[in-house]
Amino acid sequence: MNDVTTTKSVSGWLSSDNREGSVPCSDIPLLSYAEWFADMRDWLRNESCRCASCFGVPQGDGLRIYSLMADDAAGRVFIASCRIASLPDTVLPSLTALYPAMHAFERDLAERFGVRYGDHPWLKPLRFPADRLDGRSTASNYPFYEVRGESLHEVNVGPIHAGIIEPGVFRFICNGEEIRHLEIVLGFQHRDVERLVCSTSNVLRQTVLAESMAGDSTVAHATAYARLVEKFASDASREELASTSLPVERAVALEMERIAVHLADTGAICTDIGYQLGQVACEALRTVVINSMQLWCGNRFSKGLIRPFGSHYPLSGALREMILKNLSDVERRYGEVARCLSNEPSVLGRLEDCGVVPAARASRIGAVGLAARASGLVRDVRSSHGWDLYGRSVVHEPVVEQTGDVMARLKVRIGEVFQSIGYVRTWLEASVPEAPQKRPPRYDVPLSPDRFAFSLVEGWRGEVCHAALTDAEGRLAVYRAVDPSLHNWLALALAVRRIGISDFPINNKSFSLSYCGHDM
Amino acid sequence: MLSFVVLIFIALLLPGVVNRTRAVLSGRKGVTLWQHVLTLGVSFRKGAVYSPVAGPVFRMAPVVGLGASLTAVAMVPAGPSGALISFGGDVVLFCYLLALGRMMLILGALDTGSSFEGMGASREALYGALVEPALFIVLGTLALVSGHTSFERIFARMEAGSTEMIIAMIPLMYAVTKILIVEAGRIPVDDPRTHLELTMIHEVMVLDYCGFDLGLVTLSSWLKTAAFAVIASSALAATFAYCIPLVVLLCILIGLGVGTIESFMARGRLFDNTTYIVTISAIAFVVFIVAFLILRNIHIG
Repeated sequence: MNDVTTTKSVSGWLSSDNREGSVPCSDIPLLSYAEWFADMRDWLRNESCRCASCFGVPQGDGLRIYSLMADDAAGRVFIASCRIASLPDTVLPSLTALYPAMHAFERDLAERFGVRYGDHPWLKPLRFPADRLDGRSTASNYPFYEVRGESLHEVNVGPIHAGIIEPGVFRFICNGEEIRHLEIVLGFQHRDVERLVCSTSNVLRQTVLAESMAGDSTVAHATAYARLVEKFASDASREELASTSLPVERAVALEMERIAVHLADTGAICTDIGYQLGQVACEALRTVVINSMQLWCGNRFSKGLIRPFGSHYPLSGALREMILKNLSDVERRYGEVARCLSNEPSVLGRLEDCGVVPAARASRIGAVGLAARASGLVRDVRSSHGWDLYGRSVVHEPVVEQTGDVMARLKVRIGEVFQSIGYVRTWLEASVPEAPQKRPPRYDVPLSPDRFAFSLVEGWRGEVCHAALTDAEGRLAVYRAVDPSLHNWLALALAVRRIGISDFPINNKSFSLSYCGHDM
Repeated sequence: MLSFVVLIFIALLLPGVVNRTRAVLSGRKGVTLWQHVLTLGVSFRKGAVYSPVAGPVFRMAPVVGLGASLTAVAMVPAGPSGALISFGGDVVLFCYLLALGRMMLILGALDTGSSFEGMGASREALYGALVEPALFIVLGTLALVSGHTSFERIFARMEAGSTEMIIAMIPLMYAVTKILIVEAGRIPVDDPRTHLELTMIHEVMVLDYCGFDLGLVTLSSWLKTAAFAVIASSALAATFAYCIPLVVLLCILIGLGVGTIESFMARGRLFDNTTYIVTISAIAFVVFIVAFLILRNIHIG
């Protein structure tokens, strides 16, 4: 049955992949909502398919919804759109009622454009954007889920937290120490980055905005943006780029970011359980990695490194040696930390069987990236939707754990640090250019008009999806970025049910989701 | 009076020993040994800010707590010179003075109306209730071996030089050290350094205190810790050479031990901590039985 429906969908939807260039907007099929809904249902029924992005573009009185379905088994992305003619009069069936993975996308459509869903189970504000249709809906009158009972009490944490973290509300309903329900309210960090990207034609400014979408995933978002813009240029120029050392530099930067954040999060998990040994060791190691980035591009968080059509910071031979030397040091010392972590009873006692997300649940809520892999789902854009070097010079085998608990999320991190060090070594040792090729970025390349493009990048947290449409003059008309946090916050809310409230912080840290990445 | 001074000295010294141990073991230089005392001084120079919903109990709690701790500490001798206050049965008053301080802190926490502090208070009450049997069995053992119910006489009259008694007093010292870890809120029971309100126990109860009041709360918790350290040390010291230098030395050893545990061990899960605390009672009970057998000259097997 799945085969039949997939074939039907494939015949109707535009098929593309992560390496292909942009497509003309007119090639994207336009369906009626009923047809689109039926097709979406068929896609989502399939285990290997998930919605990478789904966004609305106002058209006259109505709304056009574009959706990108990523098929991990086929390694392809299918695109289609549908049109809702007159919004206020139509009550539509929601996909969330059947597939909770769609909840954030549908909430966004409802909040921004007033799409009315008849059976959406959780139609609450998502981000409170300034142009939301219902201006009365604010963070102060958010409709919290309530359960009343003699033995229940509510604990509210946030939106302002003790410590230097971003704003967000965690509202717990507890029975004694046990969490029964957690509701996470975000949106306090909404900056409308996507509109800011479209509001300027200055490509450098757009790049800087992309770098700031989620500060801990600078390289991932900047790479997604740069590749997207490059897709709007001619095929010849993209092929020329592929032959330079640019793909190697971007891949090294992406893996360095992964290593740095995984090290930091290992340390942070240790901090939260009061395990000083792991904490101090990992803090020191992270510094080694981000300082290497500082030596490379002048910024510890890799800001300014990724630019479209080139780079200001070619990898010279000396830089390569420095990175290789530092990574060898990190590999050896992190190996010792990893051994301590997986053998210390008090650490295992805290992390094992804590905050379990079973594979079926992770799949149902559309978890991606690290969190999905810790629950046994093989979801990794590097292996399923390869780009640049991924799938060519490196055939990526995702690190997957089965238990879905905090320990599994830690083990995935540990595995990926060693894996990434291996990749960086492969790339840096493979080709040592005589003299670094100076290839400055170009901000004046014209974009082809009336086209659509997307790019998927596996950041350290998971799949980053950027999608854009250009208008008749070749300017970015619509830009939509999806951070993996958008999918994964729900996983955290479900993971902590029935565990002690004192174990919430280590669960939060083990997912390590971005507030501003969600809020955009 | 000398004992009282020694106890205050140990109270001020111990946190520094723990901090320094942790610093050295994590490869840092660490702050000066007396940094925490300077920080306390800063607290005492500040005023206090009160939440508009907090009532009089919240304001009373630190004062009552410190008063209770000071009185309790005055009953503990640090050497043969004796304690400031001493009478038959003062061990029981000692326990209940500490319980009074804890109760005031719990009531003060509840008085703030914060959901965090309520959680902390309930955890503190649970741990307090669980650790109390262990404390009484330990003190009962001491009373049994010495035949007295006053700290001063217990340690002064303990039979010195008996190998059996030294063997019995080592696990007793171990049990009291574990009680100290619970009472002082150290790893693995509580993490005094954490910034996560949801996981805290002692720290979350004092979240609303600042300045002078926070200084009082901190000081009374140090005094309490010192009292347990001195009891643990004296129990062992009294069996072979009861003198102030040895007691202080053993106290520093306890500080080193606590610091070492904190460096190499993660904090336990909240629910598992109850098991940890109940085990202290089990250890204490074993010590009690052993001491009883030794006293009665009963040989098994």
